[in-house]
Amino acid sequence: MKNTTISIAWRNIRRNKARSLVIMISVAIGVAGAVLADGFMEGMSEQRIRSAISNEISNIQIHNPQFLLNKETEFTIAGADGIVEKIKSLQEVKGISRRFITNGMASSAEAGAMVSILGISPDTESQVSSLSQHIVGGKYLAEAQRLPVFIGEKLSKKLNLNIDDKLILTFTNRDGEITSGAFNITGIYKTTNDNFDKTEVFVKNDELKRLAGYPSGTVNEIAILLKSNELTSSTVRKLDGLLAPQIKEGKLIVQSWKELAPVVKSMSDTMNFFSMLFLMVILIALAFAIINTMLMSIMERTREFGMLTALGMNKRKIFEMILSETLFLSIFGAAAGLILSALGIQYFSAAGFDLSSVAGGMNSIGYDSVIYPDVKFTFYATAMAMVIIIAVLSSLWPAAKAMRLRPAEAIRENE
Amino acid sequence: MSIIKAEGIFKTYNETSVPVHALNGVDLEINNGEFMAIVGPSGCGKTTLLNITGGLDLPDKGKIFIDGTNLGGLSSKELIDFRLHNIGFVFQASNLIPVLTVKENIEFIMMLQNRPKAERDGKVEELLNAVGIIGKADYKPGQLSGGQQQRVAVARALATNPRYIIADEPTANLDSASTRELLDLMAEMNEKYGTTFVFATHDQRVMDRAKRIVTLEDGKITGDKTISK
Repeated sequence: MKNTTISIAWRNIRRNKARSLVIMISVAIGVAGAVLADGFMEGMSEQRIRSAISNEISNIQIHNPQFLLNKETEFTIAGADGIVEKIKSLQEVKGISRRFITNGMASSAEAGAMVSILGISPDTESQVSSLSQHIVGGKYLAEAQRLPVFIGEKLSKKLNLNIDDKLILTFTNRDGEITSGAFNITGIYKTTNDNFDKTEVFVKNDELKRLAGYPSGTVNEIAILLKSNELTSSTVRKLDGLLAPQIKEGKLIVQSWKELAPVVKSMSDTMNFFSMLFLMVILIALAFAIINTMLMSIMERTREFGMLTALGMNKRKIFEMILSETLFLSIFGAAAGLILSALGIQYFSAAGFDLSSVAGGMNSIGYDSVIYPDVKFTFYATAMAMVIIIAVLSSLWPAAKAMRLRPAEAIRENE
Repeated sequence: MSIIKAEGIFKTYNETSVPVHALNGVDLEINNGEFMAIVGPSGCGKTTLLNITGGLDLPDKGKIFIDGTNLGGLSSKELIDFRLHNIGFVFQASNLIPVLTVKENIEFIMMLQNRPKAERDGKVEELLNAVGIIGKADYKPGQLSGGQQQRVAVARALATNPRYIIADEPTANLDSASTRELLDLMAEMNEKYGTTFVFATHDQRVMDRAKRIVTLEDGKITGDKTISK
């Protein structure tokens, strides 16, 4: 009997093709809109996380806890070589870079700006950072050249400097005295984060330490890139175990990118929240459209429901029939919407969605102006599950109306 | 032996500001195998009485028994189930399910009774033959004439092997030829299966064929005569 109820429901859907099509298209557009919106938000968020990991902070960083409090160069990592050897033993690790960092002033003849000066070894740094792939002028730090500096495009424009120009970096040395060096701009990079491009300058590790008066083995930061971002939390736990003695003594702290860049993490969480909220709002609006359609359908078929009840169709079967009709309308609409959105996501994830017209605004908050949407399977599944739930809920009112009909009156309706 | 017994039936409709007293103390017994018409002017309570005797409505006061079962003592679910297994219906407009074929319309009611497929198929074929529309089994109701639709409705009413069929103005929308054919068919079914038929009608052609005529006026029975033919 259940098959017959479903069969009648399916035929009823085809009975008023135009109306069924309109509601299915509405569901399809709503679901596609929600999925595409999630794709863009998820894509933006993932791109920001990838950019932050690959260009700015890597997956994991190790510091002297004091260094994180006031960024003083003197707070170094004791026994950095031994720590690096331990890290190398982890198979999750793709690259490790030792950094020497100080804050200072970058200036040209025309202007100045506060910057973070990162002393790096170009070979090991390129294992953890993809900045060398974001060069818009010149080249990465050249080993052979003396006092090379690699700066962001935003900073170069602010200071009105270009390749081969001199950049004066002024900072405090180990004795607390102001010292400076005239560095040669060998390369200019551009990431999707204007703020990073304005404030981070890269020089060779040994040259910075020599100018600052620190021995060559001094390290403030160990940056670790993993083979996959999914491995971050488990690797942090492993490192906490490997470096437990130093961590207990308060000499070291191991942090993931989520702790180092909480804004990136919270933006990602916020976008996920808004994706779900958007989906909910769309589905609630669709629920009323579905309810309206089903109520109209039931009003038009009052006599038919009266006749069915008179003949002996019980309320449960009438409910099943209305629920089936609602589910057909919703599921077919949602499936079409999901297919449509999957095709859209596939296209834009390859071609990118160009928001160059608002690139300034996007880059100023760290986001790329070309978005490559990305939708996780769980969102498709969630959207479908929610459509089914909404369809079930939407069928309750029309079903209750149909079940409340009194056969004697319903049969004579419109006579 | 009576199949239906109505005792002191009162029914008032309060849907408008002025209450409408549709039935005012009706007592009626209908015997097994009768071919009976309830007649009277519009608004006299014919349909109300028919609905009450068919378990589609319940009286405000009084009792209605079908085969000894007091319908007032049944729950809504039990009443639906009782109708399914005991009563057949033919309405003024055929009220077939428009999305189902003729065959499916007849089979549908047997599926509600959870009867096995083989039994359903056999019964559908028997009824299609009996009502003379075997060639239209795969037609949708919209493809049939009014008379043919009413034949399907009769077949559907008979599908559950009810002892009692109520028919509310079954010929109202039919031409003379179709009316004659439909009444012939129902009379034949009455003879063949011993099924009790009760009509609510103001159609003289139906009255002419009825073996008993109960007249209602202002919600009361004012006449009850058996016609020997």
